[in-house]
Amino acid sequence: MRSMYKITLFVLTLLFLVGTVGCASKAAGPVTIHVMTMDQAGLKPAEIDQIARDFEAQNPDIKVSMEYVGYDNVHDKIVTGMAAKPPAYDAAMIDVIWPDEFIKDGYLLDVTNRITPDMKSGMFPASFNGVTRNGKVYGMPWIMDVKYFMYNKDMLQKAGITAPPTTWEELVDQAKTIKQKGISEFPIIWSWNQKEGVVCDFAVLLFGNGGAFVDASGKPAFNNDKGVQVLTWMKQTIDDGLSNPSSVSSDENAVEADFLAGKSAFAVNWLFQYSDSNDPTKSQIVGKAAFAPMPLFKAGADAGIKGSSVDGSSSFAIMATTPYADQTWKFLTYLASNDVQIKYSAEMLPVWQNDFQGDGLAKLEAATPTNPVTVPAFLAQFPYANERPTVPYYNEASAALQLAIQNALTGVKSPKDALDEAAATWVTLAK
Amino acid sequence: MAVNTKSLPKRQLTLRQQDARTAWLLLIPSLVVILGVTLWPVISTFILSFFNAPTGINQVRTFVGLENYTDMLRDQTFWDTIGRTLYFTVVSVGLELAIGLAVAQLIHSHPWGWQFLRISLIVPWAVPTIVNGAMWRWIYSADFGALNGLLMQLGLINHYIPWLSLPNMAMNLVIIADIWHTMPFVALVLQAALATLPEDLDEAAAVDGANAWQRFWRIRVPLLRPAILVALIVRTVDAFRVFDIVYIITAAGPAYKTLTITYLTYLNSFTFGKQGTGAALSFLISLFTIIMAFVYIRILYRPEDS
Amino acid sequence: MHYRKFIRKVLMFLLTLPVFFFIFFPVLWLFSASLSTQVELFSVPIHWIPQHITFQNYADIIFPDQAVSSVPRTYAIALLNSIKIASSVTVICLIIGSFAAYALTRIPFGFNRTIQLGILATRMIPEVSLILPLFIIASSLQLINKPIVLIITYMSFALPYTIWLMAAYFQTVPIELEDAARLDGCSRLGILFRVVMPISVPGLISTAMFVFLLAWDEFFFALIFTSTLAAKTVPVAIAEFIGRYVVNVNGMMAGGILAAVPPVIIALIFQRYIVSGMTAGAVKG
Repeated sequence: MRSMYKITLFVLTLLFLVGTVGCASKAAGPVTIHVMTMDQAGLKPAEIDQIARDFEAQNPDIKVSMEYVGYDNVHDKIVTGMAAKPPAYDAAMIDVIWPDEFIKDGYLLDVTNRITPDMKSGMFPASFNGVTRNGKVYGMPWIMDVKYFMYNKDMLQKAGITAPPTTWEELVDQAKTIKQKGISEFPIIWSWNQKEGVVCDFAVLLFGNGGAFVDASGKPAFNNDKGVQVLTWMKQTIDDGLSNPSSVSSDENAVEADFLAGKSAFAVNWLFQYSDSNDPTKSQIVGKAAFAPMPLFKAGADAGIKGSSVDGSSSFAIMATTPYADQTWKFLTYLASNDVQIKYSAEMLPVWQNDFQGDGLAKLEAATPTNPVTVPAFLAQFPYANERPTVPYYNEASAALQLAIQNALTGVKSPKDALDEAAATWVTLAK
Repeated sequence: MAVNTKSLPKRQLTLRQQDARTAWLLLIPSLVVILGVTLWPVISTFILSFFNAPTGINQVRTFVGLENYTDMLRDQTFWDTIGRTLYFTVVSVGLELAIGLAVAQLIHSHPWGWQFLRISLIVPWAVPTIVNGAMWRWIYSADFGALNGLLMQLGLINHYIPWLSLPNMAMNLVIIADIWHTMPFVALVLQAALATLPEDLDEAAAVDGANAWQRFWRIRVPLLRPAILVALIVRTVDAFRVFDIVYIITAAGPAYKTLTITYLTYLNSFTFGKQGTGAALSFLISLFTIIMAFVYIRILYRPEDS
Repeated sequence: MHYRKFIRKVLMFLLTLPVFFFIFFPVLWLFSASLSTQVELFSVPIHWIPQHITFQNYADIIFPDQAVSSVPRTYAIALLNSIKIASSVTVICLIIGSFAAYALTRIPFGFNRTIQLGILATRMIPEVSLILPLFIIASSLQLINKPIVLIITYMSFALPYTIWLMAAYFQTVPIELEDAARLDGCSRLGILFRVVMPISVPGLISTAMFVFLLAWDEFFFALIFTSTLAAKTVPVAIAEFIGRYVVNVNGMMAGGILAAVPPVIIALIFQRYIVSGMTAGAVKG
């Protein structure tokens, strides 16, 4: 029976080891807050790490543990993180389309009383769009981003085109010219893959046609003739060989890869594409990218629309169940502070209004080499940023719309049928 | 003689009872782990499937009985997805088996360099699924991918094809990536089994005039039945639940053409926040796989094999 | 006669070529891409062998410095985590799994069939569904983001797998050996440790390898359960290469090669055990 004792002892030891490793006691001392954000667009992780280190130097009793994940994973990690007590994260990056869902789920801390008058007056009112519902504020604005229209100056010049297009119809003509002259096989590249990106592109085009996602009573309006026209136009540009057919499986990173490799003349994307275009380790078109105001459809322009883009801003929210709300807010305040934002404005523009007026503007434009170009582009485009629907079931609604657009683009269904199907889903979800 | 065995000192327990004790002792660590880490979540998920359980801290869970299940069974997307997943499973496993068998036989006939071939099979099998997915995604890239590059240089196509954007090709492309990774496993299993087959049966048949083809199909393959059965069950159950590779290569696109049933579960539980539905889906998946395993065993298992 | 045999040999050899091509083309391309610069990777027509071969991608990962973005920098740590976790899972599962497998196959105690079927049934549930309940348990025990949590959760699929493999293997151990030992007065445990285990070393190694690869490969649990470097594994690190500003394809390819190296090396070292393990498990069912 000695062997039996040996085994028992062994198994018990094993369990003991497992137990002790798992229950390691927490060290007393500085509080560690866990912040999660995406590692694309906006600041690079190395830069945010630096900001965190600077903050820690000024606040020795707070340690900041940053986590970076791909945009596609942020939502899932917030959901699972909040299943934990205490939550896995004290703060997380919130995309402009999530507040309704997360507020309904009780994930976000109400920070209305923490917003100082300075912030209220200093930051762009529009920057609070992503975090304010029913008069309550649920986070700190951080990036205001819109989709920009960028083109390759060089290619247009080679094709003999003197000015970028102001309407989508003009774009089609210019693209045809560029294609015929053999300068580019597929002059336009889009992020139409089955992710949120396609809804962003669709939004840009839809509003530019005078359309909308929902009508005044909240019912789906994207399947009316304006929406169908837009979707039909999208498919047509692929069929005509003007839009790269791989757009159907491309996300914003793939769009950038294509544009920066000099394969397309026109690319709609977030701000990060511009600074990357001037990075010689990534881009073959250094110095050749330029901004132009987002084109509109002729019908939209005639109807009085002055500009169209889509709001892709992100903010930082404090998770409702965090035990360290004060420390977290302190860090978020630092992160979004004017000085910090100006310092890193090559990657993302500040959310403070003063930076865009008078002395502030001069200072901002001088801060980095690309700002003289990006700042005016931002000022020109941001006022026309449209919002996607602010409903708690947005993820599911968006998924239905993504599927519909993909069905139409791949020819599985007609644009009208596809959009009608999505609209029916939206109606069901709204119940 | 009826003796109260409990009052006996341990040494005088029957051998059988001693055995039973030892058995339990050996089993308990595993059972503890499985109960805690596998069984408890399974039960928890099962219970959850009868509730409407939206994610969220303040969310109320309402009991809805079988509603999650019936809603799912009435949903067209569900059946389409099952169909797609079955397509993936049948084609993928079928091809793996066919190609694996061919490769196994090839190795078995000891051509030049057969040892190197067998070793090489290990490479695709050992490459992690994520790497496999990322690699194939890059190969299929519309503008820069190796597939387009190769076909172009071979003169088989005259312009690059946006492979992953083609709704009818996308699933097949995922299947190819999956086969690359899993066929080696099947080939190695079958080759090992082939190596243990008695040669004399084969030789006798050759003497009787059977050619290679006949010998293969009439003698070797039937003898391989146990091995094929094992490979079939393992691979079918795994293929039906495929997730990782779809997540990396296509994220269920384009137009949900590569949406598999586990991916649908993921979407419901995580992206749409409907945990009750996700739980119900999980159990429907388990049901399907158990039925499939049963069917295989019924059809292919003969008691004399073991 | 010899002539025909020679033709056959040549034919067989020719048949192996497409197989080799199918196996190695993707891997060699992966390797070539890992030696390219980003700019070259995105050039058309395709450069099969990079014109400017660079080891910078590997250097970024293995010898990171501050200037490099955080993703390659964290890769080496993820590699260590993966090794730690996969090894621990393998060792633990092997020990308690083979104990259980032996009990289930060699000791009739009335519940053998039931428990075996039960363990098999647990393999049917997709792992994705188990994540949320496991996550809740793990977080209430404050285990999130520690390697131990992955070790434990991986056992949810690794342990049944181990038991199944070892059970199949034990059934091939000739019962005569055990009977002989019993006649010599060995207790049941004595049989296990003095007779069965030593003979089963090939099976144990083969199972160890399968389980190690299984744990090494796992992606989704790691993605959800780990946040910081403390516990992040290689598959998660690779997935992070996707979703930077521009997809850092060349970096990802280098990472891919590095991620594949440990399992491939292990598989190659223990390759004869793959065969023997499979023979036992597969042929005998």
